[in-house]
Amino acid sequence: MRYAMAVDTLKCVGCSDCVVACQTENDVPIGHCRDWIVEKTTGTYPELQLEIRSERCNHCANAPCVRTCPTEASHYAEGGIVLVEESECIGCKACITSCPYDARFIHPEGYVDKCTFCIHRVEKGQNPACVSVCPTHAMIFGDLDDPNSDISRAMATRKWKSLIPEAGTDPKVFYLI
Amino acid sequence: MSTNMNRRDFIKVAGMGAGSLAFATPLFDFSKGEILAPDTVPGMYAKRTPTYCEICFWKCAGWVHTNEEGKIWKVTGHEDDPHSNGRLCPRGTGGVGMYNDEDRLKTPLIRTEVGGVQTFREASWDEAFTYIADGLKKVAKEHGPECTALFSHGSGGKYFGDLLKAFGSNNITAPSYAQCRGPREVGFFATYGEGVGSPERVDIRDTRCLVLIGSHFGENMHNGPVQEIAQATAKGASIITVDPRFSTVASKSKFWLPIKPATDMALLLAWMHVIINEGLYDKDYVEKYTYGFDDLKAHVATMTPEWAYGLTTIKPETIRETAREMANASPRVIIHPGRHVTWYGDDTQRLRAVAMLNALLGSWGRRGGYYNPEKVKFKSYPHPPFPKPTRTWKDAFPGKYKLAGLSLASGICDATIPTVERDCSFKAWIVNGTNLIHTLPNQANTIKAIQSLDLMVVVDTMPMEITGYADVILPECTYLERYDNIRVSPHREPTLALRMPAAEPKHNTKPAWWMAKGIADKMGLGHFFPWNDIEEKLDWELKQVGSSLEEMKRLGVKKLDRSYDDLYPMENLEDFEFNTNTGKIELYSTAMEDEGYDPLPKYKAHEEPPEGYYRLIYGRAPMHTFSRTANNPNLTDLMDENSVWVNPKVAKEWDLKNDQYLWLENQDGVVSKTPIKVRVTERIRFDSVYMVHGFGHTNKKLTRAHGRGASDADLITRVHIDPEMGGTGMRGNFVTFRFEAGEEVSS
Repeated sequence: MRYAMAVDTLKCVGCSDCVVACQTENDVPIGHCRDWIVEKTTGTYPELQLEIRSERCNHCANAPCVRTCPTEASHYAEGGIVLVEESECIGCKACITSCPYDARFIHPEGYVDKCTFCIHRVEKGQNPACVSVCPTHAMIFGDLDDPNSDISRAMATRKWKSLIPEAGTDPKVFYLI
Repeated sequence: MSTNMNRRDFIKVAGMGAGSLAFATPLFDFSKGEILAPDTVPGMYAKRTPTYCEICFWKCAGWVHTNEEGKIWKVTGHEDDPHSNGRLCPRGTGGVGMYNDEDRLKTPLIRTEVGGVQTFREASWDEAFTYIADGLKKVAKEHGPECTALFSHGSGGKYFGDLLKAFGSNNITAPSYAQCRGPREVGFFATYGEGVGSPERVDIRDTRCLVLIGSHFGENMHNGPVQEIAQATAKGASIITVDPRFSTVASKSKFWLPIKPATDMALLLAWMHVIINEGLYDKDYVEKYTYGFDDLKAHVATMTPEWAYGLTTIKPETIRETAREMANASPRVIIHPGRHVTWYGDDTQRLRAVAMLNALLGSWGRRGGYYNPEKVKFKSYPHPPFPKPTRTWKDAFPGKYKLAGLSLASGICDATIPTVERDCSFKAWIVNGTNLIHTLPNQANTIKAIQSLDLMVVVDTMPMEITGYADVILPECTYLERYDNIRVSPHREPTLALRMPAAEPKHNTKPAWWMAKGIADKMGLGHFFPWNDIEEKLDWELKQVGSSLEEMKRLGVKKLDRSYDDLYPMENLEDFEFNTNTGKIELYSTAMEDEGYDPLPKYKAHEEPPEGYYRLIYGRAPMHTFSRTANNPNLTDLMDENSVWVNPKVAKEWDLKNDQYLWLENQDGVVSKTPIKVRVTERIRFDSVYMVHGFGHTNKKLTRAHGRGASDADLITRVHIDPEMGGTGMRGNFVTFRFEAGEEVSS
């Protein structure tokens, strides 16, 4: 089991529904977010391109946050989902510094917080909240080890990229381009 | 009434907590109608109740999830709903923020004067109703009941509409007509004998080519079309976007035509020229269904792409290529009618051209073009017939706006300002769920009209700017806390959708139905609201169409069968009589000709920005609806201010930097009340600037929205009125940059 997510940049309109769905689903405090939108414009008028991405923790298979965590609060859970055990987090921020994707923040209650791939939903066979609300169906979540999963099929048939591959973190969030 | 010069000073709705005025008996029985969600997470939430969204007017149906303490947790889409297909947009998902907003109106307020200063005092509902009833009766006695008007842009307005009709006025209006989609309804009606309606009857799901003229889906998050555009493009449909701005959807388009603003008519006429002259039109369809093809052919004979190039700056070969792209997809092609189309004052004619182009390509009544929508034939709870008013708003405008199908919000506003030639002006307004200060163009005019009123009642959930001018403020509970009428909007298949309370109303707020009924009782009009409570009314109405309130509480959405199998009535050239004078699709409009308007649309040059000024273009952001969401904690967290988009060439000329704040000043010397941040971007033409509408709030009681960003409405002081239907063209305003504030404005 290797959980992963693919974000279809051709479908994403950057509406932020994923952001607010995550906030309400996971009770993320206002002013913080576990996922966010990036818009990148290239070219000069009128020859322009725009790429829109919904970003979050990349749930890396070689995660620097897990390696740097002194208390093992950051850990791999089932399917490679990277989680933070709140009760063991001392808020030292080593993981925040080590993350090349800037995916983590200090929760007002003192521990480090970030995307969980909505593991509480995934365990029941549901999609993460962001995936389940996306109006354009721009996100696919699933198991890369299952060749028949939607995500495996998308990765096999579409062009894709991951972010900052040179960091060597083996990220599990992909962008269909 | 005060005798101050400014009879109605703006009052910042201040520090009014919930009074101890709550009713002893709860309005709703929360033990009924709520069911366990199939995906219940133990310990996280217990129930879900059906609703349809009120954050915008797409009215997506959804579920409100509450936890075991009865606290609202989240709102999700309803799987069976054709508006949402189980997925809400960010505003719907963030709808819970409207309920949680601590700045909400909390209790009824009445304007009073203390020591020469106008202020609001807390009032009981009974006092507020008595005040309103007395005020309305006084207006009726002195001027006639027709001198009252309702401005409504929310579901609750239906009940206040019934109140007004019972009282003897049918001056019920919404800014969604003359400030938004009116011209397209008139333009399409003149062509097809039917309007476009809402949700728009466009079959994007199955289209092969979608043409968007100024529509910016993805930023305008009307849920259905955004979803269907993603579906259609995944199946290979192409998009042609005409926009001076590289919008989100322009970035997803096969063709982006960065048109010079205000020249769209030339492009439309040139497209028709190409399609006719290259023989690309649907000949069987045109022959069978249309009237006036030869007139049109002669009309556009000289309107070549080369002619249009000089006006639009779109290259002739691009005009030809895009015309062929549409024709290749015909009849599965949609030249989209847009929604906010009140731009330049010749908007009805421009939308006529859009309608005609669709007709040439045979898309009306065809799969992948325009479908034939159906809604549930719904019967309202019986009540005595309403009295027939002796005057309507139209009497204030003899010989004008002859094709206006609905009342004009701006017209009623104008007709409130007394003039010597008009024997009756409006004297009382009820305003429900629309912040007219930001909604109507020309704020000074709106405020002048308000100053002429004897009574203004504002019904809202939030202390919007309009509440500061009210005599009485009635705090409405949010859509998550109330019943409203059953949603029966037209779609591919007819549906019913229920909105019911998921929690008790916070503070001392109430639903509109309860307020309207209460005021009617006070005025001796209670017999027009003959039901005891809303559940009785809804249950009776639902039973007439084979459902019941009990069933709808369980289902939320119920799909019904279509009466006829006529979703695409012209798919195979079936016989069809259109509701026009000729019974045909009128390329040449006899109705327009009869009323003295151009029967074929003409290109008219519009004013261009003076040197150093830029055309002000405004639009929407996906996480906000007009000004109404600007204080929603969840949505403000996503976007808390707007910015002014400026082309890098312009930025260089003015030495503007990203994130710098400045003020905008328009051609009439009006300066934005608040500063706005600069966004230097290649995504906008050099002759225009762009900003998202709905920001620049001046009411300090909107604690998150106050002073954030600037209001385009401040700067829209010049309005070009559509002669056919009275729409207010708002894109003829030009702004320049100013590096210091304007004179202090007391709001």
